[in-house]
Amino acid sequence: MDFTLKIWRQENSTAKGRFETYKVAEISPDCSFLEMLDILNQDLINKIEKPVCFDHDCREGICGACGLYINGRPHGPDSAVTTCQLHMRKFKDKDTIVIEPWRAKPFPIIKDLIVDRSALDKIIQAGGYISVNTGGVPDANTIPVPRQNYETAMDAASCIACGACVAACKNASAMLFVAAKVSQFAVLPQGQVEAKERAIRMVAKMDELGFGNCTNTGSCEAECPKSISLSHIARLNREYLHAKLT
Amino acid sequence: MTKLNPRIPEGPLAEKWTNYKATQKLVNPANKRKLDIIVVGTGLAGASAAASLGELGFNVKAFCYQDSPRRAHSIAAQGGINAAKNYPNDGDSVYRLYYDTIKGGDYRAREANVYRLAEVSGNIIDQCVAQGVPFAREYGGLLENRSFGGAQVSRTFYARGQTGQQLLLGAYSALMRQVDAGTVKLFPRNEMLDVVLIDGKARGIITRNLVNGKIERHFGHAVVIATGGYGRAFFLSTNAMGSNGSAVWQVYKKGAYFANPAFVQIHPTCIPVHGSYQSKLTLMSESLRNDGRIWVPKKKEDAEALRAGTKKPKDIAEDDRDYYLERRYPAFGNLVPRDVASRAAKERCDAGFGVGSGLAVYLDFNESIKRLGKHVIEERYGNLFQMYEKIVDDNPYETPMMIYPAIHYCMGGIWVDYELMTSIPGLFSIGECNFSDHGANRLGASALMQGLADGYFILPYTIQNYLAAEILTPRMPVTNPAFEEAEYNIQERLNKLMQIKGTQSVDHIHRKFGLRLWDLVGMSRTKEGLTEAVKEFALLRQEFWNDARITGDQNELNQELEKASRVADFIEIGELMARDALQREESCGGHFREEYQTPEGEASRNDENFMFVGAWEYKGTGNEPVLHKEPLVYENIKVQTRNYKI
Repeated sequence: MDFTLKIWRQENSTAKGRFETYKVAEISPDCSFLEMLDILNQDLINKIEKPVCFDHDCREGICGACGLYINGRPHGPDSAVTTCQLHMRKFKDKDTIVIEPWRAKPFPIIKDLIVDRSALDKIIQAGGYISVNTGGVPDANTIPVPRQNYETAMDAASCIACGACVAACKNASAMLFVAAKVSQFAVLPQGQVEAKERAIRMVAKMDELGFGNCTNTGSCEAECPKSISLSHIARLNREYLHAKLT
Repeated sequence: MTKLNPRIPEGPLAEKWTNYKATQKLVNPANKRKLDIIVVGTGLAGASAAASLGELGFNVKAFCYQDSPRRAHSIAAQGGINAAKNYPNDGDSVYRLYYDTIKGGDYRAREANVYRLAEVSGNIIDQCVAQGVPFAREYGGLLENRSFGGAQVSRTFYARGQTGQQLLLGAYSALMRQVDAGTVKLFPRNEMLDVVLIDGKARGIITRNLVNGKIERHFGHAVVIATGGYGRAFFLSTNAMGSNGSAVWQVYKKGAYFANPAFVQIHPTCIPVHGSYQSKLTLMSESLRNDGRIWVPKKKEDAEALRAGTKKPKDIAEDDRDYYLERRYPAFGNLVPRDVASRAAKERCDAGFGVGSGLAVYLDFNESIKRLGKHVIEERYGNLFQMYEKIVDDNPYETPMMIYPAIHYCMGGIWVDYELMTSIPGLFSIGECNFSDHGANRLGASALMQGLADGYFILPYTIQNYLAAEILTPRMPVTNPAFEEAEYNIQERLNKLMQIKGTQSVDHIHRKFGLRLWDLVGMSRTKEGLTEAVKEFALLRQEFWNDARITGDQNELNQELEKASRVADFIEIGELMARDALQREESCGGHFREEYQTPEGEASRNDENFMFVGAWEYKGTGNEPVLHKEPLVYENIKVQTRNYKI
């Protein structure tokens, strides 16, 4: 398959960016999207040009490092996958593909398609944990968890913090990300004593870092590679209200 | 040889760790604040160690090349984590977990370390549950277990097919809590390029800030290396793209011994290679072998028809299928350890019975789906099936998965003593990058266990025994000549890389080298092949330094420069792997020398001459390193031939 690629190139965080057009030819439909970019980069290196920088690591859809805005959609046209698990068979031969970095103020561009997502770590630092020190904890089976709650917690915990929800949201809200973590702990017996503080601190941190508000349009859920449900946002709202009112 | 003292505590095996903890030296809380600890790598081992040390009150600096500790490759582990809890009441015990691990490692692991690992395994589960890690639950709300290769009990705890992710997020959240508390300072997008020694002790590291290329110096009273395995030397592996052996290799060059480099695990259930553009292999959790049956056709003409696409797997009658693991190993069947399952798949494919490209076997769920219902299989392995379907474009609920072995995990690594300290005082190594617990083969669900055991429950104790003597050592300025010299050397190396301006891309050389490494030092090795490898890799090293092309600039984000530095190290590591495999004239675990096998094709050990840890000492690039031997003594276990048949 042959493709025309329009890729956002930007030298560094302060430089002005621009789109560049590249051609790639004879791409196998079984090739992953990132492998297609590898092929492009090898061409560029052969021509002594700078390859396109993009974040990626596990290439198994779980580390959350990769994230490209492809034809106006985070992680591209396939549903419930990360960019590394997107394959060229999802495109048509001779397609033109537009590739951009995540677009959100709290995710400043570092270079080309790489953005700084450390804001998500800062939100976790503001309470996205259960305060236990190593050792001195009770035997695991003394904390029973109803199976249904485990399922809900696990659904929420599958978030990989890729930032697609932020990139998809017209307000660049990180609500789905925050909701996933708050929700995971809200349905478990562990960490209940600090539940109120957790919800308040994490939401405050999200606001402070410049993420927008949630208006329940649902594009985050639609683009989430792990299919994290909007219902977690509902739970976050309940947790937050409860924390504020009691 | 004094440097290779494993410092195993006296006393009966079951009491060693308790006695050690009761008598080791401690650092009082006021003094902990005065001590700086550097932790390099923030996967399961690094994150859990950094968090625990921060909680204790030390000043911790944690470094990783990723943009966030949550992306460390531990996150990709799927199947589970072992612990001797005996919740299922099927007869598990600390002794049994220790026994299985020693046996699984083909009697090439240190007994005292393995026993301790089994001993603390239960605490790990307690710790993770308390952190809110969502482990699978029974309907009664208690924890659920499943079985894994190499064991006859169900001791594996899991969180769907995302156990590594959930455990890492647990450790990561503990780490984030310490960052918030100010005890840990985090340095993401930073790569360690060298360790700094002052008066023979590890006192800091040199790093490169991957965003702006700045070289930085960091002091620590002790340095902990937790950077994972070097398996990506093979180019195609299940490791993350950035996984590298550079930190390990730099400390080796500074005098830390490198043990058993030839011991690399081949995982039996990976998605087969499908194209020359491929960058990476994807693992399918071994837990699939609980419900999947592995087979190839009995008749060669069927195999040919399947390869040509004229027959489909369902066209092969039950009687014409060869469930070769069940046939050869009736007691363990599809749950034999990884090395055994990998070799058996290779044997069938080499004999002409492979399917797909010829380098694949079937992993079939048809019978389990009939017996248990599709929903049960979906519940157990849903995300793995989805992942397979996305990659291969085939529905594994209807047609069997195709799998083939691939490079997965490094059992070899930096040599450490019982305290997890390397042969350099003050330099510690934990998790996959040390050699200690898995012997010549790693059983499933044991890597997560070791990473967290080292990080949460072992290092935080043992490092104090060293640091107790350091409380009067003031923080040293990084203007110290040792720092200056190390930084100078790093600058020189980077300049040299940028000045090569050759014709071959780094990936091109890596791919070429990786293929040779797989051919000559992969699933089976011969004296001829390994002798050739040692020579060939030395030449490739020169080719790299003469002809690599690195574009861009040194003082900017430059992924080609990052790769180049890592590949330069991989080639040298490959040379040492070949040397180590060459000296080990026996077959054991993941190390299979064709000359040493039983008439049935099983690995044939030579306990009389090779029951030792082979630890290499660096003598300069291009010079022959020196092999030191740490004899392995088994006082509590009868060394037997591994047998999974009865």
